Amino acid sequence: MQYLVSVIAEPTDSGTPEEMAAIDVFNDRLRAERHWVFAGGLGGPDTATVIDNRSGAAVLTDGPFVESKEYLAGFWVIESPDLDVALELATAGSKACNRKVEVRPFLGE
Amino acid sequence: MSEPVVEEAITRAHREEWARVVAALARRFGDLDVAEDAAAEAFATAVERWPADGVPPNPGGWLTTTATRKAIDRIRRESKRDARQEEAQMLYDVEPPQPVGPIDDDRLRLVFTCCHPALAMDSRVALTLRMVGGLTVAEIARAFLVQETAMGRRITRAKAKIKATRIPYRVPSAADLPARVSGVLAVLFLVFNEGYLATGPDTDPVRRELTAEAIRLTRLVRALMPQDGEVAGLLALMLLIEARGAARVSASGELVTLDEQDRGAWDAALVAEGHRLVRERLASGVAPGRYQILAAINAVHTSARDVRDTDWTQVVALYDQLVRIDTSPIVALNRAVAVAEMDGPEVALAAVDRLGEALAGYHAFHATRADLLRRLGRSHESRAAYDRAIELAGNTAETAYLTRRRDQLA
Repeated sequence: MQYLVSVIAEPTDSGTPEEMAAIDVFNDRLRAERHWVFAGGLGGPDTATVIDNRSGAAVLTDGPFVESKEYLAGFWVIESPDLDVALELATAGSKACNRKVEVRPFLGE
Repeated sequence: MSEPVVEEAITRAHREEWARVVAALARRFGDLDVAEDAAAEAFATAVERWPADGVPPNPGGWLTTTATRKAIDRIRRESKRDARQEEAQMLYDVEPPQPVGPIDDDRLRLVFTCCHPALAMDSRVALTLRMVGGLTVAEIARAFLVQETAMGRRITRAKAKIKATRIPYRVPSAADLPARVSGVLAVLFLVFNEGYLATGPDTDPVRRELTAEAIRLTRLVRALMPQDGEVAGLLALMLLIEARGAARVSASGELVTLDEQDRGAWDAALVAEGHRLVRERLASGVAPGRYQILAAINAVHTSARDVRDTDWTQVVALYDQLVRIDTSPIVALNRAVAVAEMDGPEVALAAVDRLGEALAGYHAFHATRADLLRRLGRSHESRAAYDRAIELAGNTAETAYLTRRRDQLA
């Protein structure tokens, strides 16, 4: 089963070299223990563009879809047999990136 | 078979077998919803059939078999696609339980799943009372002063989260066990406290159905984990508090504080059982956790035939021990109450006043201050503190007591 581990950051946050190094160590662990699926860091909310093409005439809007103090700074997609393992990994991930994280399951087939 | 006998048998089976039936089905089918519904159907079938057919020789076995059939029927009834899903789910969960948990019992798995830290506290309480305790949604809703539909939704949401996020159905590994056990105990103690100090202005001041249910569930957890000191500690604590229940509210519905209680009205059997557990923990020589220390404090109180015989030195020493592992200001407040008996109200008041910032919204803080100020003859300040305590107190018996105390001030 796959889980999305979202990294929650505040605008003033910017990753330090120590955090980057800790994230590398954590990523190595995910790979070694076969939990790794995918991960990535994202540009800040000011780099976002919202597109609404529900009507067929796309409307582009500058900025994130929701204005809030906290934003999604990056994520991991992990493979885990159950929530307990996912939570344990997310706990280590939160420590490594020095941010709050949110865990959510992907919907089943 | 006569009706009362059958009724008695069904009530007893419900009390003794509900959790076992739900837990066995939850493991077999990997789905709490299926387990709950099938268990409920099995008990409904018993109500129908037992009066005519007689009570089966092994009611628990009969109920589990009947519930299993009901569950299989339900799974067959559902569409092919759903059935395939259920089968996949069954394969996942029907694997022999992994030997990660030091204790192995389906009911214990059920307890840990219902009290999982990924669920909100409200949901854990509701789910535990429903799945392990066997209370109906209506009963739980009444207990927590929530609309039945809202309580139903809360339980449904919790079950859906367990399923969607795949919260495992197992006893945690030894490394995680202490933290997870303390999560379970927090749920049980919350149920107990809601019964013991009911917060609603319109509820009875002591709701024995909730304290009794909390004790029953804690006994079950104790039977499943007899080696755990904190489980024993919580059970002892509940028993020693419950023992004083009858003496704690006067005929006119007013709270009677420990120093004014009729100690002859305490339940001697519960006191003896609580003391036995505390002695057992002391003899173990293992450093006690917070529930064991709280139980020991209650054991000191319940050992005194008269309030004047209370060993306050020991009470304060136990609180000193508790403060070291639990830095909560509420513990510090309770310690100050004991200090007042040993070193006098002035020393205690100084300690209490240091907690003002943390406990400004807590009625017991103001009630304690009011009492200490009264003993120091500072009536004016005492009255103001009683006013604030009355404003904040939710329990009817406590409000009545505080009001009388305030009105007795010079």
